[in-house]
Amino acid sequence: MDVIDRPLYELARLLESGEVSAEELAVEFLSRIDKVDGIVGAFVTVDREGTLSGARMADKARRAGEAPSHLAGIPIAVKDNMCTRGIETTCSSKMLRGFVPPYDAHVVERVKAAGMLVIGKTNLDEFAMGSSTENSALRVTRNPWNLQRVPGGSSGGSAAAVAASEAPAALGSDTGGSVRVPASYCGIVGMKPTYGLVSRYGVVAYASSLDQVGPLAANVRDCAIMLRVIAGHDPRDSMSIDAEIPDYEAQLGRDIAGKVIGLPKEYFAEGIEPGVRDAVLEAAKQLSKLGVEVEEVSLPTVEYALAAYYIIASSEASSNLARFDGVRYGHRAEGAVDSVSMFMKTRAEGFGPEVKRRIMMGTYSLSAGYYDAYYKKASQVRSTLKSDFDRVFERCDALLTPTAPTTAFPIGERIDDPMSMYMSDVCTVTANLAGIPGISLPCGWQDGLPIGMQLLGKRFSEATLLQLAYAYEQAAGYPSRKAPVTKDRGCCSCH
Amino acid sequence: MPLTDYEIVIGLEVHAELKTESKAFCGCSTKFGGRPNSHVCPVCLGLPGVLPVLNRKALEYAILAGLALNCRIAERSRFDRKQYFYPDLPKAYQISQLDFPICSNGSIDIPADEELGGGTRRVGITRVHLEEEAGKLVHSGSGILDSEYSLADYNRGGIPLIEIVSEPDIRSPLEARRYLEQLKLLLQYTGVSDCKMEEGSLRCDANISLRRKGESKLGVRCEIKNMNSFKAVEAALQQEAERQAELLDSGEPVISQTRAWDEATGTTVFMRTKETSSDYRYFPDPDLAPIVVTADMVEEIRRRLPEMPDEKRRRYVNEFQIPEYDASLICGSKPLADYFDSVVAVYEGSPKTVANWVMGELLRLVNQEKIEVESVRITPRQFAALLRLVDEGVISGSIAKTVFEEMFATGEDPDKIVARKGLKQISDADELASVIDRVLAANSQAVESIKSGNQKAVGFLVGQVMKETHGKANPQIVNKLLKERLGL
Repeated sequence: MDVIDRPLYELARLLESGEVSAEELAVEFLSRIDKVDGIVGAFVTVDREGTLSGARMADKARRAGEAPSHLAGIPIAVKDNMCTRGIETTCSSKMLRGFVPPYDAHVVERVKAAGMLVIGKTNLDEFAMGSSTENSALRVTRNPWNLQRVPGGSSGGSAAAVAASEAPAALGSDTGGSVRVPASYCGIVGMKPTYGLVSRYGVVAYASSLDQVGPLAANVRDCAIMLRVIAGHDPRDSMSIDAEIPDYEAQLGRDIAGKVIGLPKEYFAEGIEPGVRDAVLEAAKQLSKLGVEVEEVSLPTVEYALAAYYIIASSEASSNLARFDGVRYGHRAEGAVDSVSMFMKTRAEGFGPEVKRRIMMGTYSLSAGYYDAYYKKASQVRSTLKSDFDRVFERCDALLTPTAPTTAFPIGERIDDPMSMYMSDVCTVTANLAGIPGISLPCGWQDGLPIGMQLLGKRFSEATLLQLAYAYEQAAGYPSRKAPVTKDRGCCSCH
Repeated sequence: MPLTDYEIVIGLEVHAELKTESKAFCGCSTKFGGRPNSHVCPVCLGLPGVLPVLNRKALEYAILAGLALNCRIAERSRFDRKQYFYPDLPKAYQISQLDFPICSNGSIDIPADEELGGGTRRVGITRVHLEEEAGKLVHSGSGILDSEYSLADYNRGGIPLIEIVSEPDIRSPLEARRYLEQLKLLLQYTGVSDCKMEEGSLRCDANISLRRKGESKLGVRCEIKNMNSFKAVEAALQQEAERQAELLDSGEPVISQTRAWDEATGTTVFMRTKETSSDYRYFPDPDLAPIVVTADMVEEIRRRLPEMPDEKRRRYVNEFQIPEYDASLICGSKPLADYFDSVVAVYEGSPKTVANWVMGELLRLVNQEKIEVESVRITPRQFAALLRLVDEGVISGSIAKTVFEEMFATGEDPDKIVARKGLKQISDADELASVIDRVLAANSQAVESIKSGNQKAVGFLVGQVMKETHGKANPQIVNKLLKERLGL
């Protein structure tokens, strides 16, 4: 097996034992990027020099017995909405072309503190708004399993990079499913942690009450390792929670017999493709063979969640993105005659159509006379949904659902139909609204495309979710599969 | 119809900058002045991805202000975003409070306008809320309209502010001024704000409407902005009341609008109607958790509340036997009261003596030189030393006044001045005897007058001795010696 196809936990072992040097690893991943990224389009920036010099430093530190962690020297990919000191951070928007942050996001600091290397910044739907990465103003990202298909979004670049072995793991952000949906479409593992577990400092805000950074990895163990790297209190994020972070990896492999998993019927209703539904139900059977009790439950408010999500997320986005006015940084339109015309021209030129749509929806929902009917009502739905979850989690350790209603869809299919695009998030937005953790992992195949299943748990139940996911993954045996980077099944088109 | 047939109804909105070391939501310095954009960081510049963290001190100061204004402190309050685009507002929203302010339901008592019957006027405080300051634009021309470009300075951006909204309980422009003076005094006592209108750390907008006397329904109000002193507030409100009265007299409606005070012409001018005012699209700030203030925390902060002006005045009157008027005057200025207290603290004699000197010599010189009490060069210790020299008979009271002037000008120690200028009082009987001889010889008429029973002329003779000694003679001893010599 090529070193680039090895799991991250294996790479750590190889580095620690000296079988592979960090420099060799960096060279391998960089040449993989050179080889396939012209087709996959996962990255918007590759930090070749930084990665190589970082790798040499990691090797030196390890030889001196001073490696900051056993992960030192492992490269990872970071979604381009997380600030990286000295490296352009664009949010895949014209608005932030050329913006070089003078600071690292908290998660980037954590990655660097572990000695890991940011190999590059990955493509996303502009400002993380979208479910296919087609809303990027910079480039198209293709699904490594089928290059005619989308990788999902908005963390499509991060998911594609891991699926195409361009990086062993990546960071994404998840506001309504943006880690889990692309993980599902790209056949990898992706987790959205409990709101507040990971600091949002330095992550360009889309919807502040929903945004969480999460790991994308080739298998559950790697996901657990990465979660521990990024989780933990940060005083710069007022919503960050000061809690003990368990060693998620060490807790994998615990017996899951006797755990109770609920199948919420609302997630298996109309609109879910039969192939997807069947694969998830098959996974439920597999879990019950492992001694898990599976039972049907109901969360009646889920029906309203998608509408509530798009109102709340758009409202917050309209406010969060107001700062992009051309005054201090980023794009500024030429030829404006006064400040108001500069604001208008700058924003008209700088933002793409989906971002504008959400800013307009959000501005409308917060306007005098509409606030009560939209924003306030959506907030009420949100609290009712939370109580729905509280109620089922009194009995269930986790819920099992599809991650998305379908597998990866063809590029261009939904881009002109926002409603059908928004439907991609119908199974994932609930976790963001309720602030609970969710993990997506592969559970089957349909026409050569991966199907993802989602496990949801109560707040701070990441360890339990990872244990359940790991047990399933071990039983089902998926982690060895890697995307072929093909235009259609079976034929390698990288050359 | 004269203005006196109308009732004037005024409510004030006051913004006061809090005197915290660092800004409301980041660690940048709040120092006034400084090179443009030198007190800034990614947070107060609103760079992408950064987040606000509430400065605990700012919250405590807001609570302290609320307690000084007799407010109820909310157990749970919340920050909201007030959204509008302006180049001095980096995030394009201001973190403020709308529905759940930190303090509400307070009041301030002021002396009511004597022309309205006097007495005490209780002005309700609707709310006190916490928010952040915007930056500042520096225009290349003389104003925004004739400028080719503007520069933005974000040093001020993010400094914590409290907005204090009064009920429409104020009934005349004079009362508005008294309300502001009292508010400033209370805030200065708590130490949460400098309240310097000229530096912009205190700003005031006024709402004013008129109604026929006896009418209970409020009239249409106008908001007045751009007033840069208490005097301007009073003048602007007076002018606006007259403008509204004229409109009402002529049967024209008052149109709800925002007007700006023009100091140069002494009039208010139209800015915009209320109908075209912006929709700020307030919503709860998702970056900040609700503020929870426990009863214990309120009590802890209440204990930090210093002695307030009313308490202090009562103490001066009751414990120090200082006349009511003097006590009010001293307490009416925080720096003056502080100065008085620190002299009293190091002086063994009567506080009343200190009060006499503060009210007399100190204020006379402060007013004459037009300086602030804070910049008086005489230290409390020097002040007490001077009073002690008088008490011990080293110098006379009138010499002390000369010494005080010298101290005021130079900051020199009183004993040094006395020594250098030879101002020590003459109490020695032998030394005085020759002077008394001379005075008695030169004023035989007065001596005759005394001998025939006119005791008053003794005073005249004492005065003559003082004159001869250039004020240095000890008048008590002179008096005693004269009486002996005259056989009285």
